[in-house]
Amino acid sequence: MVSAVKETGRDKVFVICNYIFVFLAFIVVAYPVLYMISASISDPKLVGSGEMWLLPKGITFEGYERVFQNSSIWTGYGNTILYTAVGTLINLFVTLPAAYALSRKDFAGRNFFMGMFMVTMFFGGGLVPTYLLVKELNMVNTMWAIIIPSAASIWNIIVSRTFFQSSIPKELQEAAQIDGCTNMRLFIKIILPLSMPIIAVMGLFYGVGNWNSYFSALIYLNDADKYPLQLVLRQILVLQEMSAQGGGAMDASSAAALNNKAEIAALVKYAVIIVATVPVIAIYPFLQRYFVQGVMIGSVKG
Amino acid sequence: MQETKRILTGSALPGLAKGNNKAWKRVLQNWELYLFIAPAFFYFLIFHYGPMYGIQIAFKNFIPTKGIFGSPWAGFDHFIRFFNSYYFWDLLWNTLSISLYELAIGFPLPIILALAFNEVKNGFFKRTVQTVTYAPHFISVVVMAGMIITFLSPSTGIITHFLEWLGFNAPQFLTDPSWFKTMYVFSGVWQGAGWGTIIYLAALSGVDPQQHEAAIIDGASRFQRVRHINIPTIVPTMTILLILNMGSLLGVGFEKILLLQNPLNMEASDVISTFVYRSGLVDAQYSFSTAVGLFNSVVNAILLIVVNQIVRRTNENSLW
Repeated sequence: MVSAVKETGRDKVFVICNYIFVFLAFIVVAYPVLYMISASISDPKLVGSGEMWLLPKGITFEGYERVFQNSSIWTGYGNTILYTAVGTLINLFVTLPAAYALSRKDFAGRNFFMGMFMVTMFFGGGLVPTYLLVKELNMVNTMWAIIIPSAASIWNIIVSRTFFQSSIPKELQEAAQIDGCTNMRLFIKIILPLSMPIIAVMGLFYGVGNWNSYFSALIYLNDADKYPLQLVLRQILVLQEMSAQGGGAMDASSAAALNNKAEIAALVKYAVIIVATVPVIAIYPFLQRYFVQGVMIGSVKG
Repeated sequence: MQETKRILTGSALPGLAKGNNKAWKRVLQNWELYLFIAPAFFYFLIFHYGPMYGIQIAFKNFIPTKGIFGSPWAGFDHFIRFFNSYYFWDLLWNTLSISLYELAIGFPLPIILALAFNEVKNGFFKRTVQTVTYAPHFISVVVMAGMIITFLSPSTGIITHFLEWLGFNAPQFLTDPSWFKTMYVFSGVWQGAGWGTIIYLAALSGVDPQQHEAAIIDGASRFQRVRHINIPTIVPTMTILLILNMGSLLGVGFEKILLLQNPLNMEASDVISTFVYRSGLVDAQYSFSTAVGLFNSVVNAILLIVVNQIVRRTNENSLW
């Protein structure tokens, strides 16, 4: 910045300490991720014993083969793609027009609507009344139960409203109205094409949220063939339903087979984590600036 | 336009009927905006205010065949039963202690990280570190729980191996109640601290470079400049986030707790929200668990208001 002024000795110490600190933070975050990737293609024996701790050892792709053969993972994947796509479209359909209306100063009643939405940030009906409502609407065990009850988030409405307020010049709306353009045409033909950044941000925020959610599926879905990926993952990773459960007497060969099965299950776990997380993590670096933009728009007190 | 014209012409007393007319005209002219807001309006009305109507079952004995309205009243029975139950204090303690623990570790860390990132002048290194530390934010809570379980596994977990390599006896992280809270809080920090820096970095980018230049000329060290220029800049952001965090003290991220809970660590891991889930949806005690949930939301709302009031008294950075 001001290179003319030389850095003093204690400044150098500060800078070096700071670099070390930041580098340590980097290692702490990056290591588990790297470990997971390595473990997913390593010999499960070496992973389990701790011999594989950084780079893959005894490379095998059996974990991925098992994952690709597992029909419930594929059904889950398909369901998640469907729920995420439909859910995100509905999220955008509810959020963007409402946020635009709320951004208009000449919209009579905007404070009423805003207040009505904001209350829900601080107080809600709670789990059981919501569940009873969804049940009453006959949505239980359908995809609508996990899409409609989370059709919009007040936080995202506020972020979009702030964007419309700060990035769309007011003169545009006035000029369009003088030319006799209706609000509908104005929104579809002029506002939306100018709002690509916020559409991207909202699509990503909602999309990632939908992709990663499991709880509403857990409480509303009964049929296993409707489970989204995260619920299948829960069975494999948390409930460990794929791992072998010991029980009863066994001879040496079946014990060995069981041991082998447990190792395969461990391998599958790493592979399935990678397979489930890759779509989100892979697109993220390219879209990072949009995500960051979204957080920053939200931080401007609206 | 008409507004300014009226002020300019000085007609101080616009007719009441005329004013009404104008308001109506404004509504009619923008009727499509009501169409725009309709989906969101009905969504919030049905899925957020609808359940609020259902809260009344906390004061009733809910009988599914009779419906929410028709079920007989029970007064405060469910609340009294909850307050007198042997697990009430355990639940409250677990909920509060996990939240406060999380706040104590998870709140300052993004601030420190952001201040440190801000001092890194090497662009490539900075971008790499930021991209990598933001990434865990996108890992789903199920995968996160799966990672915790695998990493801490007593026989094959890498952290267990690492501690043994250092010569320690690795504790039973997953089943020992005394480790549950630490496990929960630190995994959350791993996942969220990087992402949490974004908002502070945004605030820090607003620091006027001239302030730094002036401080350098006055002989301030880098540490002093961080201390006296950068930190005061982000105090308003810190205050707002602190208030929001306080408002959710009883709303700990129960999705992760639910996944990490097992019968052995239950005494430390059972919080109000997981209890509501279990008693309400698993055991179908609808009225009782609604009462517990209502207690939780009311305490949350009160906390938020109280903290906001305190902050408003002491400085001007309150939420409202």
